[in-house]
Amino acid sequence: MTLLLAELSQTEVWVTNSFFLAIALVSIFAALKMVTTDNVVHAALYLLVVLASVAAVYIILGAEFAAATQVLVYIGAILVLLLFGVMLTRARIGSESDLDHDQKWIGAMVAVIMAAVMGYSLWEGFEDAKLPDDRIVQGVEPVADTIFSTYIVPFEAISVLLLAALIGAVVVARRD
Amino acid sequence: MMLAELLPDSVSYLDIPIKLLFAIIAVLIPAGTTVYLYLFKMVSFMQSRLGPMEAGPYGSLQLLAELGKNLQKEDIFPLRADRSVFALAPYVVLMSTFLLAVVIPFGPDAQFTNINVGVYLALAVSSVSVVGILMAGWASASKYSLLGGLRAAGQLIAYELPLILAVVGVVIQAGTLNLQGIIQAQATGEIFGWGGLGNPYLLTQFVGFFIFMVAVQAELTQVPFDMPIAESELVSGYMTEYSGFRFLMFFIGEFATANIFAFLASVLFLGGWSVPPFVTDLFGIAWDSNWMNVAGPLVMLTKMLLLTFVIYWVRFTYPRFREDQLQKFAWKFLIPLSLVNIAITGVLKVVF
Repeated sequence: MTLLLAELSQTEVWVTNSFFLAIALVSIFAALKMVTTDNVVHAALYLLVVLASVAAVYIILGAEFAAATQVLVYIGAILVLLLFGVMLTRARIGSESDLDHDQKWIGAMVAVIMAAVMGYSLWEGFEDAKLPDDRIVQGVEPVADTIFSTYIVPFEAISVLLLAALIGAVVVARRD
Repeated sequence: MMLAELLPDSVSYLDIPIKLLFAIIAVLIPAGTTVYLYLFKMVSFMQSRLGPMEAGPYGSLQLLAELGKNLQKEDIFPLRADRSVFALAPYVVLMSTFLLAVVIPFGPDAQFTNINVGVYLALAVSSVSVVGILMAGWASASKYSLLGGLRAAGQLIAYELPLILAVVGVVIQAGTLNLQGIIQAQATGEIFGWGGLGNPYLLTQFVGFFIFMVAVQAELTQVPFDMPIAESELVSGYMTEYSGFRFLMFFIGEFATANIFAFLASVLFLGGWSVPPFVTDLFGIAWDSNWMNVAGPLVMLTKMLLLTFVIYWVRFTYPRFREDQLQKFAWKFLIPLSLVNIAITGVLKVVF
């Protein structure tokens, strides 16, 4: 079942763009706060905002499956495990002094260069191309079809790799 | 979508306030019903007492009394608490509940949004509540709260897997992740060529149904899976330091999530808003006729109340699991069982 978003009217394009702008601003703000905050748990919660806004952008693009996967994997699993680990080990309330790092300016430079390279290549690749008005909501069927036909070998390889990692984790955990 | 059809198509964003209103109704009315019917009255009868009798006829206005009581309580922050995270935590839990409600269909058109991957999205957003519980446990600056939060996180991670795997059987049989599609597959299905009952997946996926209901019980941290809020050990777990309106939000979130999961279970296993075809034949209407937009929510409410009854029946009957029993039950019994269920369903799907 593929749903067709009907041709977007001018108002709807405007509303969609405003939503995207709001989400993008929130995301950038949260990303900046995430690296500058002086509390580990706050940093993890700002990361939650960034991940959630990426999911929201997926929804706006009509990629429901990617959005749900983003929420399930990144927020439901990775972020919860991260919070869980932080709270088990060093869950201090209030500011922490040892979160700063000598090499933060080098890190910032790398981040800026990355952003510049990715932005430039995006601009080169697409210039001012626009999304088609009759966007198709991406269903699960094409994803499943490609995984289990074109990409069956990488898929199986990743499965075996994950299984090996799983067994390895059990072995490492049992030793002590 | 019900009232939205009165508006022209081009203003689809304008029905957001209407949907918001309906979402609040869809979350709060069932939650209130559940609290009064089951938490106040059914439990009282199970324990040979009357329960609330003073507020209104038969204690039916007790909910308003509780609301007033909680609203006028002082909003206490513990001295060393992380104020902003402490204040935000209940909102995160409640947001997860509302996001769950978004995908539930109440009729052929009576739905907030018809998402292609509905059941997948529902299971994904249900895991967001863990973040809120961890936030509450950490920010309270209390050992009871932190222990409760950590227990809750460990338990919710463990029981999310059987919850998702139990649904896979239904998805294989229906051939779609869309909740309306799953309802259609059940309403128009046939049991050995006889379509009078449709084909509710309770009949073929009873193992999945059992696993789903057990996992839901654990996801709601209710007895017998209430280690995170074990009142004899942890006072009230991650909710210990909360009072007044914020406690009320956790309370509403707990019961509303129970209802939404019951809604989801009735969609997956009991045919959702559809009624058995022999009933629609009696009235001479199609299974998805417009009448079902009116009758559908009531049918859903009935099925939801039945399933919530089971949840609370179990809750007030069994003693609590120990922490190690709880984890063993998930990892060594429920997950293997659900994997076997998926394998058998897959084989049977290919054979038939």
